[in-house]
Amino acid sequence: MTSTALAPGSRETAPGPADAAPTARCTGPDGVHLTAVDRSFPAAQGRHEVLRGLDLELRSGEIVAVVGPSGCGKSTLLRLIAGLDRPSAGTIALGGTALVGTDERTAVAFQEPRRLPWRTLAQNVALGLPRGTGRAAGKERVAHLLRLVGLEHAAGLRPREVSGGMAQRASLARALARSPQVLLLDEPFGALDALTRLRMQDLLLEIHAAEPTTVLVVTHDVEEALYLADRVVQLRSLREAEPGARSLARTVEVPGARPRDRAARDLAALRAELLEGLGVHSPRPTTASFPTTSEDHS
Amino acid sequence: MSTATTSSPVGPAPSDAPVGGAASGAERTPLKDRAGARLLAGALLPLVILAAWQLVTSAGLVPAYRLPGPGAVLAAGADLAARGELWLHIAISVQRVLLGFAIGSVIGLAVAAIVGLSRAGDAQLSPTLAALRAVPSLAWVPLLILWLQIGEESKITLIAIGAFFPVFTTVAAALRHIDPHLVEAGRCFGLRGWSLFRTVQLPAVIPSVVSGLRLALAQAWLFLVAAELIASSMGLGFLLNDSQQNGRVDRILLTIVLLALLGSLTNALLGLAEKKLLRRWA
Ligand SMILES: Nc1ncnc2c1ncn2[C@@H]1O[C@H](COP(=O)(O)OP(=O)(O)OP(=O)(O)O)[C@@H](O)[C@H]1O
Ligand SMILES: [Mg+2]
Repeated sequence: MTSTALAPGSRETAPGPADAAPTARCTGPDGVHLTAVDRSFPAAQGRHEVLRGLDLELRSGEIVAVVGPSGCGKSTLLRLIAGLDRPSAGTIALGGTALVGTDERTAVAFQEPRRLPWRTLAQNVALGLPRGTGRAAGKERVAHLLRLVGLEHAAGLRPREVSGGMAQRASLARALARSPQVLLLDEPFGALDALTRLRMQDLLLEIHAAEPTTVLVVTHDVEEALYLADRVVQLRSLREAEPGARSLARTVEVPGARPRDRAARDLAALRAELLEGLGVHSPRPTTASFPTTSEDHS
Repeated sequence: MSTATTSSPVGPAPSDAPVGGAASGAERTPLKDRAGARLLAGALLPLVILAAWQLVTSAGLVPAYRLPGPGAVLAAGADLAARGELWLHIAISVQRVLLGFAIGSVIGLAVAAIVGLSRAGDAQLSPTLAALRAVPSLAWVPLLILWLQIGEESKITLIAIGAFFPVFTTVAAALRHIDPHLVEAGRCFGLRGWSLFRTVQLPAVIPSVVSGLRLALAQAWLFLVAAELIASSMGLGFLLNDSQQNGRVDRILLTIVLLALLGSLTNALLGLAEKKLLRRWA
């Protein structure tokens, strides 16, 4: 296994105007740029470091998947980009301007569905509409979204009356309601059965093809990451890493245009590599190693 | 780890049946029967007490000047009603309770919002409020009488103080313990200040508001009697005090029964509102 930590700034050749400003390089109107982001929490002794020295760029319209062991800070990263939390150090810029608090352009589907129990599913989805949406327009949009995620028959149900998978789909619909420019999904399909999960993955790709938003999707499923993403970002758990290590373990460019064949061989090789990075050892593919990391691409 | 090797399935969206929800309609036992049975069970003990009371008094086990029979108490009620006094006492007491309860609850809700939602409000107000709550209710009476005279204001203020604390305590605690995940989700979807309160925080504490109101109502009746016993010329508390001085045990018993009935009635009304609110918000 080769250690292929992405050196900061190695994507200087990214398309788009390469502005020289060090903090807020322009990554397109709805790109996200994290520079040297640290996040630590107060702990019993000292501070518990969760993210360290994280440089990450989400280019406009790109789908990036984040994988990593449980507790490595994937949700923390997502909350930082959503503006729900602030980095202990470093900067986060959205569309070229530094992020202050939550942003109208961003929408989140949380790891737990977080529905208001006294509202119906439709009313919960309506919560995601942009402020100031008209009543009729809002109603129509909610109905459309519920149809998209296959919940039109459940619109009037209360959250406690629906299954976990239905709740997650409602959560996805709520995040889509405002047609966000940056869509942040935290294990959006984790509670779905295998078949529904595949359908929802395709749905996400369809929506993305129709309206190319910037998507960050946290997942623990390497296959899902390889099926959905342009790039897969792997984080490491700082607890288990040697002192001083950075959070970013590697960045992998996924070859091939979407929709991808889930059984493609090059993906199988990548999959084995990512799994190995996560500490899961699978039989190595017999083919020669592929040019997989972004370093190899540049 | 799923090992999907098939190409992506395309087809109609998945259709799950709703979990629960629909089931409740099928297994409903006749509501009327249940309600009737409950009523009967609840009426049993009062009827037994009434019968025992009648037996004890008519057998002469206790002299009538100590414990008049149910009939005598009824007669005392009829006598007061005929003179037009009974309604006056009831009406003025109910008015005081409702006014004091309304004022105390509204202030209680407002202060609870300040203390429950803002850390600064909590730090600045909580110690003082805790100290005020520790003052026994009757300790306020002399001060209120001196400041507000023996008019309506002093009594309504005392009742409002009584209603304030249960509402304040329950609602402030509930606001402090709202699921932070829900508040964060609301914030993340652009809700701030009043809209966040209206959409997330208030609905989340509706059950606590209701139980706070019920406690406050009981407390309002308690403080009513305290206020009227000490300084008044009308009302049920006055009737108690007056009857004691005239040795009218029948009227004392009558007033106690009336207080029990009125308290239960107002509590039942609030219970109806509670049912409606909880169906909508819980
Ligand atoms: N508000 C907080 N206060 C203290 N510690 C926190 C807080 N939020 C997260 N952490 C810690 O940060 C670490 C990373 O948490 P995070 O939720 O980001 O993990 P994750 O990668 O999303 O894990 P999982 O895959 O299990 O969801 C955990 O050890 C957690 O205890
Ligand atoms: Mg997580």
